Amino acid sequence: MGERLLTVEDLSTHFFTYAGVVKAVNGVSFTLDRKETLGIVGESGSGKTVAALSIMRLIPDPPGKIVGGRIDLGGRDLRTISDDEIRQVRGNDIAMIFQDPMTSLNPVVKIGSQIAEAIILHQGKTKGEAWQMAAQLLDRVGIPDAAKRVNQYPFEFSGGMRQRAMIAMAISCNPDILIADEPTTALDVTIQAQIIDVIREMQERYESGVIAITHDLGVVAEIADKVMVMYGGRTVEYGPVDEIYYNPHHPYTWGLLGSLPRLDVAEKARLTPIKGQPPDLIALPAGCPFSGRCPYERKECRGEWPALEIVGPDHGVSCWIPVDERHAIREKLPHFEKEAAS
Amino acid sequence: MSLLEVRELKKHFPIKSGVLKRQTGTVYAVDGVSFNVEKGETLGLVGESGCGKSTTGRAVLRLIDATAGTVVFEDIDVMKASGSEMQKLRRDMQIIFQDPYASLNPRMRVRDIVGESLKIHNIGTPEERKKRVFELLETVGLNAEHAERYPHEFSGGQRQRIGIARALALNPKLIICDEPVSALDVSIRAQVINLLEDLQDEFDLTYVFIAHDLSVVKHISDRVAVMYLGKIVEISDSRLLYDFPQHPYTEALLSAVPIPDPHTERARRRIILEGDVPSPANPPKGCVFHPRCPRAQEICTTAMPRLVSTGGDAGSPHEMACYFPARFAGGERRVDTEPFKAAFSAAGASV
Repeated sequence: MGERLLTVEDLSTHFFTYAGVVKAVNGVSFTLDRKETLGIVGESGSGKTVAALSIMRLIPDPPGKIVGGRIDLGGRDLRTISDDEIRQVRGNDIAMIFQDPMTSLNPVVKIGSQIAEAIILHQGKTKGEAWQMAAQLLDRVGIPDAAKRVNQYPFEFSGGMRQRAMIAMAISCNPDILIADEPTTALDVTIQAQIIDVIREMQERYESGVIAITHDLGVVAEIADKVMVMYGGRTVEYGPVDEIYYNPHHPYTWGLLGSLPRLDVAEKARLTPIKGQPPDLIALPAGCPFSGRCPYERKECRGEWPALEIVGPDHGVSCWIPVDERHAIREKLPHFEKEAAS
Repeated sequence: MSLLEVRELKKHFPIKSGVLKRQTGTVYAVDGVSFNVEKGETLGLVGESGCGKSTTGRAVLRLIDATAGTVVFEDIDVMKASGSEMQKLRRDMQIIFQDPYASLNPRMRVRDIVGESLKIHNIGTPEERKKRVFELLETVGLNAEHAERYPHEFSGGQRQRIGIARALALNPKLIICDEPVSALDVSIRAQVINLLEDLQDEFDLTYVFIAHDLSVVKHISDRVAVMYLGKIVEISDSRLLYDFPQHPYTEALLSAVPIPDPHTERARRRIILEGDVPSPANPPKGCVFHPRCPRAQEICTTAMPRLVSTGGDAGSPHEMACYFPARFAGGERRVDTEPFKAAFSAAGASV
């Protein structure tokens, strides 16, 4: 892989509310290299979006606060630099594509003007030049008749086109890092395929590192080089994409993979869901957040959070079950029995 | 005889504008949909947003009045049923809604939500009704203590269970499931899917399962109907759907669904459709799919092909509406250059 772009170490972000402290992210670490795609997977409330927003310092403060950790971008700690400096980073070094293209564009400002804004701000171009660039960018992300479209308002764009416009905006200043937060969740599957294609194309063209946040394990399998699985604000497992799908070590990862209906398998296998509900982030269980739902829970699980254990090249897991026992349990799970047979 | 027979069902919504609210256009939400549902089976209705799948479900239950067509449920014409006949029919036909947050009245206790239909239909004494509600809650994996609570005290998955208990209260024969798991997280989704499967076995239920997620629909259904712009373009046995899609839209839709398996993903060829789904207020002439179709030829612009049986190349009944379907014979896939004659509509498409 290419040069290291971003190193996040031990990041914790909490929200201080009247009801109590919401521990959204608790000690999360990861890295991102040039041309690499990191998939962050988890269910709602697992902390994946808050982790990404923390990198860009977009957490509303109050009530939110990054309470610990380092976010290293080219030697600078994004957590401690001034507001002026972080504004230079946003859009210029790190850009974000949001989930909902319907609400993340300003409805009363022309598309061209919304794209041109960052270009004028970061690259010091004139308004005319910036608009011209905006039209070129729209063309690059596959919007037909871009010269005309640039003068239109968001309501004149379909959902897929709005997401393309968001991508155009994100790549306008050639950022090193692109964070895509559920970029295709609001879209139909044929449009999702188009958008994933555009993101990939842009990544290749600009040689950026991409952080893709999603709950869809299909999308991750398609685009990610490495995967981080989050649960209850913690990283329960991370590793290269093949390791996570074919050699997963954490019971939560097993549970996720076992709960998915498969389109490409003819016979009807029964799903193995995870019992119970995701934890309340205000009253997280002591120790592992998955305790209480984990079928293989032992007494250590309620005590302390298990230290990260390296189980393979660039593959780590946080779980109290000893490795050989984990292997033995996994072999008996229906999802992996099939995998082993094929 | 099928439990449910839907023939040429149409639902057109008027577009009204101006001060006089004159009709200035029509949204062809559902435009000639026909299918049968056999007792005990699950028919999946799948398609992208705006294809008319939910409208179809609602028109079948007469929650909205259809513009044209017939719906026959156990020999009774639902479209023509009188008020009292309709009330009887509603005991047999129920619905589970998509949004577990919007479909439960926040001011009602769970016992009243689940027991409301029993009360309306005058079933049992208050004491018996209470017992029945407890029983229903346990059936869907909640417990009797939950009866006194309000919807806001429950998570999304639990609310969907309340919605399912409500649908089960009158021992229906048919349940229309309108995107019942779309709003739920992966791990909770699997719980609800398994629950729906168990209930089907236990109570001999028939489902029409509406969803946009093809993997879910394929998993739960026996047969899958694929909709595009108000029409059914293909109906296939769900086991054969992935390997033998005949309609080009089904093919594209299947290829667009990401599969949670990196090896499979790397080996797949993706068909990327260009452009967006056209507006149902102004559907294309001829086959509704032709502007985005990689196989479209001149004949496709003349008339919509009929939904016809293709003789079950893959070994089971299979219907589709295309002049140039993919055929599978002797383990090979081919697309004829001559248009498929059987698909010519009465309206008269000709070469």
